[in-house]
Amino acid sequence: MTHQEALLTLTLRLGDDPLILGHRLGEWCSKAPILEEDLALTNMALDLIGRAEVILRYAAEVEGKGQTEDDLAYRRGERRFYNHLLVEQPNGNFANTIARQLFISAYESFYYTELMNSKDATLSAIAHKAIKEIKYHLKHASDWTIRLGDGTEESHHKMQEAINELWMYTGELFETDDIDEQMSESGIAPLPAELFGKWKSLMIDILSEAKLSLPDEGFMQTGSRQGVHTEYLGYILADMQYLQRAYPDAKW
Amino acid sequence: MEHIDHLKVFETKIEQDINIEAKDWMPDDYRKHLIRQISQHAHSEVIGMQPEGNWITRAPSLRAKKILLAKIQDEGGHGLYLYSAAETLGIGRDELIQQLHDGKAKYSNIFNYPSLTWADIGAIGWLVDGAAIVNQVSLQRTSYGPYSRAMVRICKEESFHQRQGYEIMAKMMAGTAAQREMAQDAMNRWWWPALMMFGPHDTDSPHTGNAVKWKIKRQSNDTLRQKFIDKTVQQAEVIGLTIPDPDLKWNEEKKSYDHGEINWNEFREVINGNGPCNRQRMSNHIKAHEEGEWVRKAASAYSNKQKLRVSQ
Repeated sequence: MTHQEALLTLTLRLGDDPLILGHRLGEWCSKAPILEEDLALTNMALDLIGRAEVILRYAAEVEGKGQTEDDLAYRRGERRFYNHLLVEQPNGNFANTIARQLFISAYESFYYTELMNSKDATLSAIAHKAIKEIKYHLKHASDWTIRLGDGTEESHHKMQEAINELWMYTGELFETDDIDEQMSESGIAPLPAELFGKWKSLMIDILSEAKLSLPDEGFMQTGSRQGVHTEYLGYILADMQYLQRAYPDAKW
Repeated sequence: MEHIDHLKVFETKIEQDINIEAKDWMPDDYRKHLIRQISQHAHSEVIGMQPEGNWITRAPSLRAKKILLAKIQDEGGHGLYLYSAAETLGIGRDELIQQLHDGKAKYSNIFNYPSLTWADIGAIGWLVDGAAIVNQVSLQRTSYGPYSRAMVRICKEESFHQRQGYEIMAKMMAGTAAQREMAQDAMNRWWWPALMMFGPHDTDSPHTGNAVKWKIKRQSNDTLRQKFIDKTVQQAEVIGLTIPDPDLKWNEEKKSYDHGEINWNEFREVINGNGPCNRQRMSNHIKAHEEGEWVRKAASAYSNKQKLRVSQ
């Protein structure tokens, strides 16, 4: 694989996570348990869409075919999306949303810390900005994990269920393939597999403070590195891409 | 005699345009009027998130999605300041929300209309927020301090909202035939409800008397409505939209527009619960509130445990 092809796949992977997670968090508007949380969740959605925008703009530039970030977000089919399966999972109840956010934000906090040192100046600059937002998202998610885990019996049960249900999507975060190897060798991006130890030890700390148990490793779902998703992604894209697909000549 | 002195002090302050503050003595009816008005305003900000939230996942570009997300957060933030302003009058947010769910408190009628196409997001920003600004600019001089200061802050953000709405409309009017049709259709559906936002004609307005005397309300419904029409007609013309009112015409003598009669029958029906979305808006709010109860309970249980741990 050429350097350019590998970099394009990497940037699509990095751009699609915040795009799809931002979509999911945007679905919380007017549905959160309290007004302050409605604002917090949509504020995170805004950070994520902003990050998706700059990364996909860079992906379009790397691709060099004159596409824009909007073309990549709104005109790409589901088999060419590379977000992790975790982020496309439905919002579920508030505990599900918090568990999903905890897993991904903890992962991103380590990934983007490394990415700040990227030899690719654009990715390094993006990472410097993103890390501040990611740290806030992680704090928000871990605070709620602890509150719910150590709140009432009902909230403890719901939070544990959410952790257990989403656990099988966490293995994928650390999958490392030839593209990651190539990008790591060029000093552009970290190897996801190398982040697992730190991530797991952070999970142990947070879950123990929350009086929750860490699930066994168990079976892990896979597929998104090759663009193979859960059924949920198709509906997300149908929703998201509707206007651009229905009015292909229009500018908005 | 004490009571009469209090009233006199209050009335003198009103007369001299000195703000009434939370700890000042105020007549019961003044307090009640403010609670009713501020809570209605707060609920409107919050319920207003629904028709706009309806388009977050379908916003047609990443930029448009970011702007819409930011705008809706502002509205929620306005709801928070306004609930806080109401709290200074001695009523808590839980009680205000309960009144909303019981149908005792109202929210702006406009949010009982549906947002059907992307152009509706433009029309809401431009016309609905545009009408709200006219009212809120006037309320910056309202006599109750916490409400007046909330308005100053809110007005700064609302003018950004109005511009973003107008930008959506302008872009669509400069776009394809389908986009222009969508924009005009949104204009046709939102124009009259936007005019109704100012409330009944002055001669039929049940709350105006005391509110004017106490300087809660600084300008009448019809005066504010006229201001809105006069500033909006030209904005519509610039981008090629037609105002859906055959009787609208410039009146040289009064230097403003005459307009056709508003359908007050529709206004009353929507207030009485028969708008296209009354049920949907309220059931969404109640559902979210009920589904979130376990989360709120958990947060307060956790916070109590923490307090206990600190004290031990």
